Amino acid sequence: MMKLKPWLPLIGIGVFAVLLLVVAPAVLSMHWINNLGKYCCWAIAAVGIGLAWGRGGMLVLGQGVFFGLGAYAMAMHLTLETAGPDRLPVFMILYDPSAPLPAFWEPFRSDSFTLVAIVLLPVIVASILGYALFKRRVKGAYFAILTQALAVALAVLISSTIRETGGDTGLSDFKYFFGFVLDDDANKIMVFMIAAAMLIVCLLVVWQLNRSRFGELLIATRDAEERVRFLGYDPANIKLVAFVVAAVMASIAGAMFVPIVGIITPAEIGASASILMIAGVALGGRASLFGPALGAMAIGWGQSSLGSSWPSGWIYILGLVFILVTLFLPMGLSSLSGRAKSLVWRSRAAPTAPAAASAPVLEELKK
Amino acid sequence: MDALIPPLLNGTALGALLLLAALGLTLTFGQMGVINMAHGEFIMAGAFIAYLTQLVVTSSNTSIVLALPLAFLGAGLLGLLLEVGIIQWMYRRPLDTLLVTVGVSLILQQIALQIFPAQGVPVESPGWLDGRVDTLGYAWPLRQVFTMLLAALCLAALAAWLKYTSFGRRIRATVQNRDLAETSGIPTRTVDRITFFVGSGLAGVAGVAASLIGGTNSQMGTQYIIPAFLVVVAGGVGQIKGTVIAAWAVGIALSFFADWTTGSMAQVLAFVLVVIFLQFRPQGLFTVRTRGLT
Repeated sequence: MMKLKPWLPLIGIGVFAVLLLVVAPAVLSMHWINNLGKYCCWAIAAVGIGLAWGRGGMLVLGQGVFFGLGAYAMAMHLTLETAGPDRLPVFMILYDPSAPLPAFWEPFRSDSFTLVAIVLLPVIVASILGYALFKRRVKGAYFAILTQALAVALAVLISSTIRETGGDTGLSDFKYFFGFVLDDDANKIMVFMIAAAMLIVCLLVVWQLNRSRFGELLIATRDAEERVRFLGYDPANIKLVAFVVAAVMASIAGAMFVPIVGIITPAEIGASASILMIAGVALGGRASLFGPALGAMAIGWGQSSLGSSWPSGWIYILGLVFILVTLFLPMGLSSLSGRAKSLVWRSRAAPTAPAAASAPVLEELKK
Repeated sequence: MDALIPPLLNGTALGALLLLAALGLTLTFGQMGVINMAHGEFIMAGAFIAYLTQLVVTSSNTSIVLALPLAFLGAGLLGLLLEVGIIQWMYRRPLDTLLVTVGVSLILQQIALQIFPAQGVPVESPGWLDGRVDTLGYAWPLRQVFTMLLAALCLAALAAWLKYTSFGRRIRATVQNRDLAETSGIPTRTVDRITFFVGSGLAGVAGVAASLIGGTNSQMGTQYIIPAFLVVVAGGVGQIKGTVIAAWAVGIALSFFADWTTGSMAQVLAFVLVVIFLQFRPQGLFTVRTRGLT
């Protein structure tokens, strides 16, 4: 008989897919469909962070960079599509009617170029950055701080180039999405379905990566990088792949975020936005498959409902989430069931407890 | 040549401010390995203490002098609270200290936002800092000179404290070999706490200096924390001389770039420059030579 356990995650993904793609559009109002779409975008980025951070041990504090690459690629295309062929976007006309379209905008008129750019841009940037950092064995806190610095730098760069990128007000007022009118409810549901399907695809990719040889090497690199190196593998390459995959996911998330939310500003990609992405992953459980996605959705829900109805309280809750989760549940809510199981197991085996020792708990080995 | 003098001097002053912000980090990050993202909020606390002192002592001439030790004490106590309350459980998980302190910094920002007006508060600079002093043909604002002197003073005090006092020796012993230090009778827990207190207190002093230069508001910490960390990393973690050189270099680079392009472009360029620099010296300017695996 085939064992059930290895296939449980796949069944979980299937249930999740049915919930998102079939149940949600049937029962939810347009308002909530739109919100759920937004949470799906954050969840896509979070799945990537789960791979890079939870499985690979690289704390990526600057996923906003890649989120921003995808988001701005999509936003530039939609802006141009809204403006119409050979016309300038409105904000550029307001700024300076006579100046030509900046050269880097021009290719984004094309549908296919935009779609390719959303995937290829983060691959190129993440490869260069990752290659440079990992080959020089930059890791841990250094890596985290550098990536966050880059997110800050990109946000500052975009804020300061008002004429080219719209500055702090960002890009908004998109009317069309690859020929579809965005105001139409049916099209809004379609955009939501694309985002949800992307989330499912990303979960499948990470599930497959996790159970592959690569996934085992990634965990080995996280837990004992030197040993992996002495065994003849190059940890830099292993980390690079995980980092690039995470970057592409963040970019796709950003690209879907734009038609769903309808606006992209530097505030959505800067340091605090990047930290918000981390919050969901930490809460849900960084090393698990579903933890990052569900955690990101929970944080996203908090951000958009509590964040607007009770903004000061939400910040305190967010701060407490960081503190409490890191202190008491470093592996997030998804480790609760494992802990409960080991507790039960231990109490049942109480008479001979010391000999049985505790169940193996996934912990980062830290020097 | 004359065109080079103003950005050089401005950059030196900016570097001094960065140095003040980073000095505390060389203790908490460099010596103890704690990545304190709330350091920026300790700077903010120092700036608000300068404002509060001004409310009590109305003469801005004396209040700023009083504010310096008060800010040191206030920010230091905040740091001590953080160490005793949270950090002490996490010394074996350096990356997690980053996440915990991100939470702390969010909460501190929100508290400041609720106590003080959102647009920030004015900190008046004392009359004796209003003038300018003629340096190499450039009228250098006294405020900048004050920042530099303050940074130099803190630097000298910290270096002397670490090098010549018995307490400094204990810190260095604890950093180099905690177990051996403990068996030699050094109370390492107390050493940790005092190190954290002093490191955080230095952030408070930086806050007073920052309140004289930029705005004092709940978000001010976020603009110092990343540059301060970059300076520490580029200088070599735990290396005070490296931090000094890196702070100065970043300050000068920022002010030259700002002259050539714009202020925000300068920030981007400086960040990118530091990242490129770390390509060539991933361990920073100065390193402790070791044959162990890094």
